[in-house]
Amino acid sequence: MTPEQISQQLAADGLSVTYQDSSPDPHILVPVESLIDVAKMLKEDPDLSFDSLMCLSGLDWPEHFEVVYHLFSYKYRHRVTLKVHCSKDNPTVPTVSQIWPTAEWHEREAFDLVGIKFDGHPDPRRILLPEDWEGHPLRKDDQPPTHWHDIPLTPQPSIIADDGN
Amino acid sequence: MMETKELNIPLGMTPERWEKFNLVSRASGERMTLQMGPQHPATHGVLRLELETDGEVVTKVTPYIGYLHRCFEKMAESVTYPQIIPYADRMDYLSSMNMELGYVLAVEKLMGIEVNERVQTLRVLVCELNRIGSHCVALGTYGLDLGAWTPLLYLFQAREHILDLLEELSGARMLFNYIRIGGLANDLPNGWTDKVREFCDFMAPKIPELNDLLSYNKIFIERTANVGVMSPEVAIAYGVTGPNLRASGVDWDMRRDAPYSGYENYEFEPQLGRGEFGQVGDCWDRYIVRVREMDESLKIIRQALDRLPDGDVKEKIPRSFGKMPVGEVYISTEAPRGELGIYLVSDGTNKPYRVKARSGAYCAVSALPAFSVGVLIADLVAIVASIDIVLGEVDR
Amino acid sequence: MNIPQPYLDLAIKIVYLVGVLLFLTVFALLAVWFERKVSAHVQDRLGPMETGKWHGWSQTIADTIKLLIKEDIIPIAADKKLFRLAPYVVFIGSLAGFAVLPFAANLIGSDLNIGVYYVIAVTSLVVIGILMAGWASNNKWALYGAMRSAAQMVSYEIPVALSLLIPVIMAGTMSMEQIVHNQAGGFWNWYVFRTFPFSLVGFVIYFWASLAETNRTPFDIPEAESELVAGYHVEYSGMRFAIFFLAEYGNMFVVSAIASTVFLGGWQAPFPFLEFIPGPFWFIGKAMTLVLIQMWIRWTLPRLRVDQLMHVCWKIFLPFSFANLLLVGLWVVLVG
Repeated sequence: MTPEQISQQLAADGLSVTYQDSSPDPHILVPVESLIDVAKMLKEDPDLSFDSLMCLSGLDWPEHFEVVYHLFSYKYRHRVTLKVHCSKDNPTVPTVSQIWPTAEWHEREAFDLVGIKFDGHPDPRRILLPEDWEGHPLRKDDQPPTHWHDIPLTPQPSIIADDGN
Repeated sequence: MMETKELNIPLGMTPERWEKFNLVSRASGERMTLQMGPQHPATHGVLRLELETDGEVVTKVTPYIGYLHRCFEKMAESVTYPQIIPYADRMDYLSSMNMELGYVLAVEKLMGIEVNERVQTLRVLVCELNRIGSHCVALGTYGLDLGAWTPLLYLFQAREHILDLLEELSGARMLFNYIRIGGLANDLPNGWTDKVREFCDFMAPKIPELNDLLSYNKIFIERTANVGVMSPEVAIAYGVTGPNLRASGVDWDMRRDAPYSGYENYEFEPQLGRGEFGQVGDCWDRYIVRVREMDESLKIIRQALDRLPDGDVKEKIPRSFGKMPVGEVYISTEAPRGELGIYLVSDGTNKPYRVKARSGAYCAVSALPAFSVGVLIADLVAIVASIDIVLGEVDR
Repeated sequence: MNIPQPYLDLAIKIVYLVGVLLFLTVFALLAVWFERKVSAHVQDRLGPMETGKWHGWSQTIADTIKLLIKEDIIPIAADKKLFRLAPYVVFIGSLAGFAVLPFAANLIGSDLNIGVYYVIAVTSLVVIGILMAGWASNNKWALYGAMRSAAQMVSYEIPVALSLLIPVIMAGTMSMEQIVHNQAGGFWNWYVFRTFPFSLVGFVIYFWASLAETNRTPFDIPEAESELVAGYHVEYSGMRFAIFFLAEYGNMFVVSAIASTVFLGGWQAPFPFLEFIPGPFWFIGKAMTLVLIQMWIRWTLPRLRVDQLMHVCWKIFLPFSFANLLLVGLWVVLVG
């Protein structure tokens, strides 16, 4: 099924999704409140059967944060892309890790690098960066700290000894 | 919450006894917390596994990653599209060509570039050569972890030939920067195709030799069969792809089922795990799938050499990346460790807005706690070796 | 000059001890070089080639000097007394076995009439040393290695002892010197061929069980390099590590020497016309051949997991050893 047909099927089931024909890959925009319902429908509906979450990415746009889900079905060999927007001051999105367990680690990464919080995640802590790191690097306005545990993070002037070495 | 954790009950224990054992040892407070790594010979890189053990039995595994995080995605936002290719190389440094190919295909789809047949064939050729090299490392280090020092060196000798070939082609032994957007860096040197054929003839008897030495060795089978069984449900739920998925019995290979770069023109058989010495999806299956995949890659290489058409490898390379189309694209390719998914978002400038790389090894490590509980520590080493991770790919 | 006999005896024994220590050191140096060369050629590469010009023969000497001048590091939370003592206990366990090895007809440290019994008893000292090392290191991985090693070595002593009883039954004595004397006349008289095939089975079981005693692959799970990073001696460096190493190679020689003494005729020549070649040549030659086979096996096979190791010992070696012993006993009684 093409993404357009999938969005039509979802709309027919009463879920308010918007199909957007971005190029080269179209996607389906899902409001935050109906994310879980849409995800459950995509997984459990026998015609859709999206049993695998391939990729979950967090993005930082000027006006909002975005979480992008790329789904794949081993049964029907079709793919679909979902997008969810959330606000900048309270970036919270419900977790889909109870539907696709692989989302546990992908959502941890999105939290770690972009700062999007996932509601109901079983293990919400940083994954790639140290546990006590401050900031979310993939945000466009992120300023990295100058020191971490007394280790300087910017180039320091080189130390020249008295004998010129 | 969906319960996908599978308890690998040690051989000789019934589920009831295991339950009782679990309760008793938890109550007696005799569990020991142990750190395996990040500096450890058996974790294939800087992976830290926090183990909770009861004697020799592992009762809980928690992987900690990020020791090799080199900010690929952040850096990709501040350099131009062609400049990202060396960074992509460094993700899975054992199979750099596959990493480059994944990224370059994403950019080409975004820009709408269609390369000619020569470029496609050469890309397939070098990717398959790199796949064999990568599997050599995977299988050699797998044997090494289990105490068989010798197959490692035999396989590394074969890998040296591959690295020599690729060095002659691209100038580098490991991180090639060869596959470029719209084509390749340079065309083949004189006599290179003959050397590749010689290599294929050299490599073909090495695989039965490996089988004699290690694959069907009774001790090796004892160590790996029925150990770390990953059922297809666990594999799909945790997003495991590539040889690990095929070893669990799921028949999905992107090269055959969703072909790219001309893979539809080649005849080869994706290998599945059949549970020959134990259950389907055990460590031995994951091992033998990779051995047989090396054979299949040799087939593809020979076919690619036979059908190599003429052409200019640089004809479609764009002159500048100043004006890129706005949009986004997601491309999956079959890298030796799983599926490499590249999600690329462009805002029209010469630098990407966002690049997200999803690697096979990342999902494989995330699945580790689900199927390696209840095994002995020595088995855990075998399991970690069998899922074939490279921390460069996990941490990016 | 009239030196009283006891002092003369003592002097001879001291000379013998020094000689054995020297032999052990030289053997260890050579054996490490040999192992590196064997492993290299098995793995289709060359091995040490630089130090000493001819195939790197002085590589081990260079390595020993390096080990000796290293910093003496003891982990801060380690049990210092035990930590310091452990290598020497292991070394003593392996050195003490040399006392009853017959290098030639009259060249033996001490011709005990319970020679075989003594050797089995004394090689189990090594277990204590290993446990001390693992515990004193205050390192969980070292403890794992020590525990596995203790379980392994104690279990495998039983097949070793039972297999060593077979030549004892055939000879009627436990004296090592006497056992070698009984195998005179050519290789068909060696105990490994006498009560064929039972003594051959005994020899094979002894060989494999002794691999487990010396912690060699496929039984090297206590020092499984790729799992436990050297297991019980992970915290040892420098001189102490050198002593562990020396003890391991000494142990390899001792078990090979015992096998060649009781099964393969010791210092006896394989053919009567070759008897002009002195005894020590045959003795050391046979022991070295077995050491070579041990090395060969190490670089070929993967290692067994600890529970599989135990399974092999208790469910395979032990019943076979018992049955073997019974049948040899019957043979000797009925046939003589």
